[in-house]
Amino acid sequence: MSILTYILGWPLVAALLLCLVPRDYKFVMRLVAVVVNFIVMLLAVKMFWQFDNLADGYQFEQHATWVRSLGIGYHVGVDGLNAGLILMGAIVAFAASLASWEVREREKEFYILLLVMTGGILGAFASLDLFFFYFFHELALVPTFIMIGVWGRGENKNYATFQITLYLSLGALISLIGLIALYLRSGANTFDIVALTDHIRQYPLSAADQGFIFPLLLFGFGILISLWPFHIWAPLGYGSAPTPTAMLHAGVLKKFGLYGLLRIALPLMPGAVMQWANVIAWLCLGNILYCGLVAMRQKNLNWLIGYSSVAHMGFVFLGIASFNLIGVTGAVMVMIAHGFLAALTFALSGYLEKQTGTLEIAQMGGLLRRLPFVGAVLIMAMFAGCGLPGFANFAGEITVFFGAWKQFNLVTGLAVWGALVIGAVYMTRAIRGILHGPLPDKWMAVVESTWPLRKIPYLVLLTSLIVFGFFPGLLVDKIKPAAARILPAPVAAAVRPGPGETLAVVDQRR
Amino acid sequence: MNSRFIILEIAVVALGLGILLVDLWTPPAEKRKLGWLAALVLGLILAGSFKLHGDAAQTAFGGMYVLDGLALYFKRFFLLAAIVVLVMSVEFADRIETGVSEYYALMLFALAGMMFAASANDFSLLFVSLELITVTFYILTSFQRNRLLSLEAGVKYLILGALSSAFMVYGIALVFGITGKLNFDAIAAMGGALAGNKVFLFGILLVLVGIGFKIAAFPVQIWAPDVYQGSPTPTTAFLAVGSKAAGFVLLLRVLFGAVPGVTAHWTTLLIAISIITILYGNLCALPQRNLKRLLGYSSIANAGYMLMGVAVLSSAGRAAVLYYLGGYLFTLLGAFLVICLVMRSVDGEDISALAGLNQRSPLLAATLTLAMTSLAGIPPLAGFFGKFLLLREVVLQGASNPAYYWLLAAAIFGVLISVYYYFGVIRAVYWSKEAPDLSPIPITPAVRIALYGCGAGMLYLGLFPNTLVEITTQAVAVLGK
Repeated sequence: MSILTYILGWPLVAALLLCLVPRDYKFVMRLVAVVVNFIVMLLAVKMFWQFDNLADGYQFEQHATWVRSLGIGYHVGVDGLNAGLILMGAIVAFAASLASWEVREREKEFYILLLVMTGGILGAFASLDLFFFYFFHELALVPTFIMIGVWGRGENKNYATFQITLYLSLGALISLIGLIALYLRSGANTFDIVALTDHIRQYPLSAADQGFIFPLLLFGFGILISLWPFHIWAPLGYGSAPTPTAMLHAGVLKKFGLYGLLRIALPLMPGAVMQWANVIAWLCLGNILYCGLVAMRQKNLNWLIGYSSVAHMGFVFLGIASFNLIGVTGAVMVMIAHGFLAALTFALSGYLEKQTGTLEIAQMGGLLRRLPFVGAVLIMAMFAGCGLPGFANFAGEITVFFGAWKQFNLVTGLAVWGALVIGAVYMTRAIRGILHGPLPDKWMAVVESTWPLRKIPYLVLLTSLIVFGFFPGLLVDKIKPAAARILPAPVAAAVRPGPGETLAVVDQRR
Repeated sequence: MNSRFIILEIAVVALGLGILLVDLWTPPAEKRKLGWLAALVLGLILAGSFKLHGDAAQTAFGGMYVLDGLALYFKRFFLLAAIVVLVMSVEFADRIETGVSEYYALMLFALAGMMFAASANDFSLLFVSLELITVTFYILTSFQRNRLLSLEAGVKYLILGALSSAFMVYGIALVFGITGKLNFDAIAAMGGALAGNKVFLFGILLVLVGIGFKIAAFPVQIWAPDVYQGSPTPTTAFLAVGSKAAGFVLLLRVLFGAVPGVTAHWTTLLIAISIITILYGNLCALPQRNLKRLLGYSSIANAGYMLMGVAVLSSAGRAAVLYYLGGYLFTLLGAFLVICLVMRSVDGEDISALAGLNQRSPLLAATLTLAMTSLAGIPPLAGFFGKFLLLREVVLQGASNPAYYWLLAAAIFGVLISVYYYFGVIRAVYWSKEAPDLSPIPITPAVRIALYGCGAGMLYLGLFPNTLVEITTQAVAVLGK
């Protein structure tokens, strides 16, 4: 069996096992969740380490027929596109399972759902079959709704639950129709992404079919990714979600739609991508500028993070719209970096809320004196969020800007401004409001947890951000060959990069 | 004589008569247990049905009755449904004042009617079997004689059912008047000459009205919510699963067995009915607070989804209908088992009565959650794969007729609305504020087995669809391409 099957299987098996554990054995349940996710993280690191950058095609593949007559099969495998995403997902899931210690009611159901969600997310990224790709995503999505409904925070949690449920179900259904249409119009009678890609390379889809299917995927996935103007659900949803859920959803699950666009829409419908590139580029400005400006006005830390997370999705879209090797490579890097960052910031805000009982920035202040460790991590996370060099986000964003500059110099210029200026304004303002300034008397009693386990999730996530910030080559060397494969033949043929060659790739399309 | 083909029906009728006889020597306190006996014997009959093979269509009674893959699929379907419903009836027995054994026997007679319907290859057998189902249900719906709501349900079902039967007989008379034949194969053999005959088309349309009543499709869906709400819960369950499936097998037989030439011209009509049924069912379900009434509207919506599989006019579409019905069986019976156990009074059928269910009985809460999730069409449950198969066919046909895209849009809109109200039910189970009654709910072993069976069925059909996909594909092979 492939290591991927273990990576996505262990959480699901553990979820089944937890069903059998009696309700009162709370410690056992926490232990199982943390240990299983730790093992999964180690397996993902091993997979990432063993991944052969130079090999062509997919690695760690496994294939089993599921419904023969429809051409559906269980097929997992990784290439450069999803290797990093699976690693990121596993690390975030481990951090989220540690951050779940704050859940104090109905632990059994919570940990079962958390593990199902983890297995679903990792399964969606590992799947090379359209049906399972969607199937695993839904498997991860539904626990999100239940977790927000049952363990959610704030007065609006019922409203938030229904809003996020309806919005995301709509997005998922539209993309499902797109996927089914793709399967039927291709004429290959298979849901297998590899076979489908080979088939379409030989017999490309007609322009009419592409023009019909691509918008379904773009807007279906777009709703899931919170592409402007379909982002309404995100800030409220994240503000109401329990911390581990927000970490997993904002960090990992949301990348599903982007991954879908990269894995399916770009290689199979290049014609439609070129037609829509302009629209995507301008919509991404909606994310970067509009949502950035909205984030500036937020008074609540969770809402601020929620909007900033929506804003960051804009960079990925810009990379996709550029539709060249550098841009797409950068887009994947931003996806991975943002996964760590979003999980880290939501974990920190959850911790702050636990300590102070509020997330209103105006009510906080001077907390760095009481919470030296968490405060320091928060400052670093905020800096990473405004794209400071040294963090993975910088590497990804600058690659996207290099890639997008030629086609969209106006859009890129505005995006850079949005990232550097708007991002810096709201991030540094939040730091000042929360951590600096006079310490109100009511927070004198706040003390930092001395228990080292509490610090592990932040350390793991921050370390990942810094490691990939200093050594972006770890990602780029894997992503670039894979990105070259998903781009149309003229671009891809010219680029067979040697090892160690990282950012200095000239855009071959010009 | 080919009467050995109807051995299953004979066994079921004999069982019904036997229950009535045994009742005479059974002390009143023990009578409810006869339901378990009946369920057990039905289990044996179900096992025995695998001795029959439907590979080649065999006919009896001058071609009136046909035993083929499609008929056998539905016979087993009805038997399985009846077993669960009988187990449910035993739980319900304390709410029936007198005549528990008659209740069981009537269920069995209705079952025999459904099994005949599965084999109907002739308008006369179609009508007789439908009447056998409908007339027994008139009694079953109003079985709680001291409850006004139950009586109201019975009267409504009687009046509207009689009306639709009248439509149907009139239609059959017109068809017979034009063709001089009642047999489906004979009518199909007359082929294209009839397609232009307006009287014949009108006759078929009236027959469809009669069948549409059984499956609760627009415009003859109006009875469903009231009858679902007022009837005793096991009756509702049997009505929702068995009677609807009987309607579908007849619809398939008439549309694709008797008048395939006409059906090919009626795509737009079928699409329109499907769209309206989906939208009506889902929109009306939104504000409902009574769980059985909600399921009544949801059953209309589900009839609409299944009509999509009929409207696409393809063999794979019909197989998808059969698959969807298979998932629907486990899903709805699971839900009704929970309702039967939790909601012991009509006032308590409000969704709020589910409050605290996860503390009162985690098994019931889990089953209801699975059922609602499956109805909402969320993986990895049966409802998802059924909807997936149906949507796949609609997208496939979209290339030939753009009207299918409207159907697709209506289906997506409908599913989206339904997510809202199904999740409302789950919400009531897990996170209602105050729960007035937290007493544990006792579950008998028979019900426990039935609950596990329903849960396993929903998961199995969602996780391992391959087997049933192949079975359903073979079953609809008799209806042609």
